[in-house]
Amino acid sequence: MKSLAVKNLKGRSVRTAVLMTLAALLSFTVLGGTLVVRSLDKGLVSLKARLGADVMVVPKEATMKKKFEDMILQGTTGYFYMDMSRAEEVMEREGVGQVSPQFFLASTSSSCCSIPVQLIGFEPETDFTVSPWIKRTYGGQLGFCDIVAGSDLNVFVGDKLSFYGVECTVAAKLEKTGTSYDTTVFASGETVKELIRSSLEKGMNDFADIDPERSVSCLMINAADGTSPEELVNDINIHVKKVKAYKTGDMIKGISDSLGGVSRMIGLLIAAVWVLGIVILSLAFTMSVNERRKEFAVLRVIGASRGSLAGLVLKEALLTCTLGSLAGAALGLLVLLPFNGFIEETLALPFLLPGVGSIAGFTAGAVILSVLSGAAAAAISALRVSRIDTGLILRGDN
Amino acid sequence: MELRAEKIYRDFIRESRSTNRFTAVKETSMLLAPGKLTVLMGRSGSGKTTLLNMLSGLLCPTGGSITADGQDLYAMSDKELSRFRNLHMGVIPQGQTAVHSLDVRENILLPFTFYGDVPDEKQAQELMERLDIAHLAAAMPSELSGGELRRMAIARALVRRPELIFADEPTGDLDDENTAEVFRVLKEYAAEGGSVLTVTHENDAKSYADVLLTMSAGTVSQEIV
Repeated sequence: MKSLAVKNLKGRSVRTAVLMTLAALLSFTVLGGTLVVRSLDKGLVSLKARLGADVMVVPKEATMKKKFEDMILQGTTGYFYMDMSRAEEVMEREGVGQVSPQFFLASTSSSCCSIPVQLIGFEPETDFTVSPWIKRTYGGQLGFCDIVAGSDLNVFVGDKLSFYGVECTVAAKLEKTGTSYDTTVFASGETVKELIRSSLEKGMNDFADIDPERSVSCLMINAADGTSPEELVNDINIHVKKVKAYKTGDMIKGISDSLGGVSRMIGLLIAAVWVLGIVILSLAFTMSVNERRKEFAVLRVIGASRGSLAGLVLKEALLTCTLGSLAGAALGLLVLLPFNGFIEETLALPFLLPGVGSIAGFTAGAVILSVLSGAAAAAISALRVSRIDTGLILRGDN
Repeated sequence: MELRAEKIYRDFIRESRSTNRFTAVKETSMLLAPGKLTVLMGRSGSGKTTLLNMLSGLLCPTGGSITADGQDLYAMSDKELSRFRNLHMGVIPQGQTAVHSLDVRENILLPFTFYGDVPDEKQAQELMERLDIAHLAAAMPSELSGGELRRMAIARALVRRPELIFADEPTGDLDDENTAEVFRVLKEYAAEGGSVLTVTHENDAKSYADVLLTMSAGTVSQEIV
């Protein structure tokens, strides 16, 4: 019977190809949509983890240009500074728990990259946001002029890179985060201060009159026990001049909202394609069975039971949908895996593909769901075939 | 194998007519005995095919019973009756009955495929040669003429050497020479112990009949051969 199903499918190659294409469309849409939504979710989780602090404090002028948010969320390069005295004022506020400064600079160009890269310096002694993440790929202590490169930068461990004439060594390369940090270079605060100093000497820094030793770009703060991030943000914004405090949760709220919108849209698309696919598959199976009524009657005459006729229809549907679904899933992976960077750029949202195991799971799920849908669409036709009145069909053929 | 019909009749519902119930086959009793070729003749619409379908287990009679060597066909489950038909009955329906995705040889061997039985290639070959379609073994049904397709259907019905043969207008698309050959095949099959019933319009069939039945307006009458 299985070979009969295969021969029937081969014998009606156009119909089989159409049914396979529909099944492929179902699995492609489900797998593609699911992977995009999960990648966006994971990207957001990754971004939250990378921010790693309750509150960020930046100079007020940075917020005027929206440069700060763009740097964190969109991956544009930039830098700004506030005087250490402002930072000290913030640090002295009640409710400040852990605190650590960061130092920003953007490269002009480097051998690693065709575009400028963002440089972020942190203080290893006080840092609680970048270090835990770097430790996952680099267990050592970053020395002076050692750098850690984001995953998308075209460098290898041990490479030498020159920024503003200062040669730095790549000590480690980070895991992919799906955020703007993938194109960022991290180094100790002392290293970045040296690079700032060099950029000033070469007249290549927008801030000509800053003292690198007395300047910081931002403060990463965790609220002390008993103080909420909201209270701390309000307190800093009211009492410390020329700075702006942000609750990190609020910063990514816009992204979270956009992501929700994109996810809903993809969900609707999947549902629409799904419903349409099942309706068309049902119609196609019904038409096919109607067209072959005489043939099924002949099989009954030869000795096929009602159950085996229904089984034949289901086998044909399962074979068609399995092959189609596998092809659709393969196409989905071929589109998504190599082009995930392009998708990230197009959506302008954090985008981090799930791990290999999860992708395999989603792929299997999409294929199984698509095959089961095809089987469900064929079930009505199978039921109809099992109830055909052989005598009536053969009589009606006269 | 002996097939006995006891007081069988078949009613149909015609929803489009004012008198919505009509009797296609009136109460009939008959016997298909081993070694006999029974020929059933009659005008179109007289109920011949309905009777044949009831006898071959394809159409449940409204009343009465049909037994094969004492086994009530319609008391069996669908699975049992299907297997019974597969093993013990060869049915040649009217019209073209090829499975279009299979070639001629595969169509003939089709009865072996449903229950995983070993195909009898030798018998298939002999039948194809006997019916002059051996050279078409690998051809697809779409490449065959109407007569060739009929001969293929006859070979398929005989390939399992069933005890009961039901042939509904088996010579419909055949020329005189092939018509005579088909009746010779059916006659020989009966002579070898088969119980054969053929429905036909061909007057020539009378000369092959052991039992001759005529049918008119649902009523079966036996003629003297």
